[in-house]
Amino acid sequence: MNTAKDPVRLSISGMTCAGCVATVEQALQNTPGVEQASVNFAEHTATVSGSFEVKTLIKAVKDSGYSAAELRGAEDEKEKEAAEFAHYRKLLRQAIVAGIVGAPLFVSGVLGRMPGMATQNERLFWLGVGLATLFVLIYSGRHFYIGAWKAFRNHNANMDTLIALGTGTAWVYSMLITVYPDIVPSLARHAYFEAATIIIALINFGSALEMRARGKTSEAIKRLIGLQPKTARVIRDGVEQDIPIADVGLDETLRVRPGEKIPVDGHVIDGHSSVDESMLTGEPLPVEKKVGDEVVGGTINKSGSFLFQAKRIGRDTALARIIEMVRQAQNSKPAIGRLADKISSVFVPSVLIIAVITFMVWANFGPEPRLSYMLVTTMTVLIIACPCALGLATPISVMVGVGKAAEYGVLIRNGEALQAAGKLTTVVLDKTGTVTEGSPTVTDIVTADTWQENEVLRFAASIEGGSEHPLAEAIVDAARTRGLELDSASSFEAVAGHGVTGSVSGKTVALGNEKLMLAHGVGIDELATDAEILALTAQTPMFLAVDGKLAGLVAVSDPIKKDSKAAIDRLHRKGIKVVMLTGDNQKTADVVAEQVGVDEVIAEVLPEDKAGKVAELQERGDIVGMVGDGINDAPALARANIGFAIGTGTDVAIESADITLMRGSLHGVSDAIDISRATVRNIKQNLFGAFVYNSLGIPIAAGVLFPFFGILLNPIVAGGAMAMSSVTVVSNANRLRFFKAGGKK
Amino acid sequence: MNIVAINSSAFAFIVLIIWWFWLSRPKARRETGIKPIEVLVDNGVYTPSRIEVPVGRPIVLRFLRKDASPCAEKVLFDDFGISADLPVGEPTDVVIVPKQAGEYEFTCQMQMYRGQLVATAAS
Repeated sequence: MNTAKDPVRLSISGMTCAGCVATVEQALQNTPGVEQASVNFAEHTATVSGSFEVKTLIKAVKDSGYSAAELRGAEDEKEKEAAEFAHYRKLLRQAIVAGIVGAPLFVSGVLGRMPGMATQNERLFWLGVGLATLFVLIYSGRHFYIGAWKAFRNHNANMDTLIALGTGTAWVYSMLITVYPDIVPSLARHAYFEAATIIIALINFGSALEMRARGKTSEAIKRLIGLQPKTARVIRDGVEQDIPIADVGLDETLRVRPGEKIPVDGHVIDGHSSVDESMLTGEPLPVEKKVGDEVVGGTINKSGSFLFQAKRIGRDTALARIIEMVRQAQNSKPAIGRLADKISSVFVPSVLIIAVITFMVWANFGPEPRLSYMLVTTMTVLIIACPCALGLATPISVMVGVGKAAEYGVLIRNGEALQAAGKLTTVVLDKTGTVTEGSPTVTDIVTADTWQENEVLRFAASIEGGSEHPLAEAIVDAARTRGLELDSASSFEAVAGHGVTGSVSGKTVALGNEKLMLAHGVGIDELATDAEILALTAQTPMFLAVDGKLAGLVAVSDPIKKDSKAAIDRLHRKGIKVVMLTGDNQKTADVVAEQVGVDEVIAEVLPEDKAGKVAELQERGDIVGMVGDGINDAPALARANIGFAIGTGTDVAIESADITLMRGSLHGVSDAIDISRATVRNIKQNLFGAFVYNSLGIPIAAGVLFPFFGILLNPIVAGGAMAMSSVTVVSNANRLRFFKAGGKK
Repeated sequence: MNIVAINSSAFAFIVLIIWWFWLSRPKARRETGIKPIEVLVDNGVYTPSRIEVPVGRPIVLRFLRKDASPCAEKVLFDDFGISADLPVGEPTDVVIVPKQAGEYEFTCQMQMYRGQLVATAAS
């Protein structure tokens, strides 16, 4: 029963004019329980609110001469699973019924207990068997015949075509010789009713198994969808109430209690807590959240209770976008699958042609009973060919691989990125925020002449007040911590790769590196040694000049992430070269590089030149993966063969990257490469299996071994092989679910 | 058995297969693209399977999947990099903007369900 709160959307078909809108609207309005109904002609939808059963709405629309179906925004996984299970049971039932009829016939045939076709009574027996088989074909195999016919009318041929033709031919031939035995030589009077039924049984059974196995391939996306809470506790007019998550509005205040899931994305406005974000980022440690911090829907509040303001709802939440991205990536295909796609698209008609040629060759060269051989080989060719295994080989592995990556907090944009990640030869790392924490702090202040530390810091912080650079934030924070009053800067100018200039308290101020001082004719000799020592201990020194004279040095240090070295070692073990690219000075960069063990350092690079440096590496023949924050590095990320955006869920980052690492750790790069390699290996196994199966199976079925070894394939064996071939492909892809990053399987 | 007749029929069959499945196309259903185009996903085929639409206009294809087998669960528009999951019994909209005239295929993951979107310059 629908409630008034939750309007139902229907898709309406059959409306051709505005007049129809009125008719449908009227029909809906007149349905008991409907409070409001409006029909949108352009979208061919209706929105209905009130208290009613949806099926009564659909019936009302149908009675008025149109048709309707419910449109649902969020996918109801349980309903989907129920529908799948019902289909699975139907397939099993169909397989069992066909098996019950076919098995005794098959066993009796093998034991040689079946009667011949000489007498009237024997033929009557076969007629009964034929009718029982017809029942099986209709009950258990109807979908093959309907599918084949509809495909044929659409100038298309699919797996149904092959099965329908294979089993249909067997039945028609067997029935013909039962009713008119004289049309074929006595030796060829052999009925194939049991083959038709057993093949139908086996293929339905195979489809059921495949369906079960396939359900497991989408576990990752189901897990992500399962993270979405159903309700939210909203505060409206001072009253707390639980409402369906779809009803949460932007900027509404919500409460989250300990142990609850955070319903949507927003900012904490009261209270503090620790939040388990591992399901999204793979990061095992809970993250502390205080006022002003961002919280993400689907993560779990561990300890405290807090209030937050909803900033992103519905399809805009990070989780919803992640689900959509994973889904799209799961459906996309890497280049490796293109050949199989091309073959799949011409496969069935090609098999039909091979079947006709088989028929013809046996007719011309086959031994007696020739007609039997012609029929058996043609039927076997049709049955053994499996376009599904070929068509499934790539997408099913991509689905599991992309899902597995998501479990590791690695979002892969598409199949191309998945394939390419495994081929990288060089990984370029941006320094700030990638190798380091990206949260620098002021570690030292050195004064020149008669300057005081606080004065140096006050000028530096005042001029940086207008800058958004992470180093600027560190300086402003340090000044605030010391309780310094900052002045506002005028004529502020940021010189990329150099520093900032402007005017503070009527004085000309420049803060930046050696190049900036040189450009302004400021001598730095007094503090040159200090600057060198600071750089050698991985701190970034910035010179401050006031009115053209050196005032001091502010050193800022950005701590290296704890696991950067281990992650870089892991890349080295894969034989991947690691390059660090930074705008920072050469000395500081060298020290950081030495601490984490990168192979090459490219320092003092202006932001706009980063893409050019990536291109230079590519010209050397390297296949380059660029890892950066996704915002400042967007052009470099785009230029690289694979762009990795690290540790950020911002729109820009996700948009500009091929792979997004939701966890801040560089291990994500190795995880992505491991998953890529494992998936591509899995795809190759699948493709190899499917190609070998078809390219050996079809000729053997056609009888190429018969002239040499007298071997001919039984159509029932072909049916069994065909049924198992796609199950094998899906099961092999499922092995990827047990993949462990770090090379351990 | 009359071998000549068998061989001639076999050749005729091969020619028919090539002509019907590869050389000829089903008749396209012409759509204006103003209202959503309903595509039924059932029995191994998209109905209609060949849809003619005007170029440059957003087209809403409303897929209604009735076939519960997993083959039908996804529809892929490779040329546009667009795909959608099709829950059974739930209409699912896919919006495509064919910017250039041409024939764009849409298929299931295994290429068994096949359809074509034919974008033509509006007359």
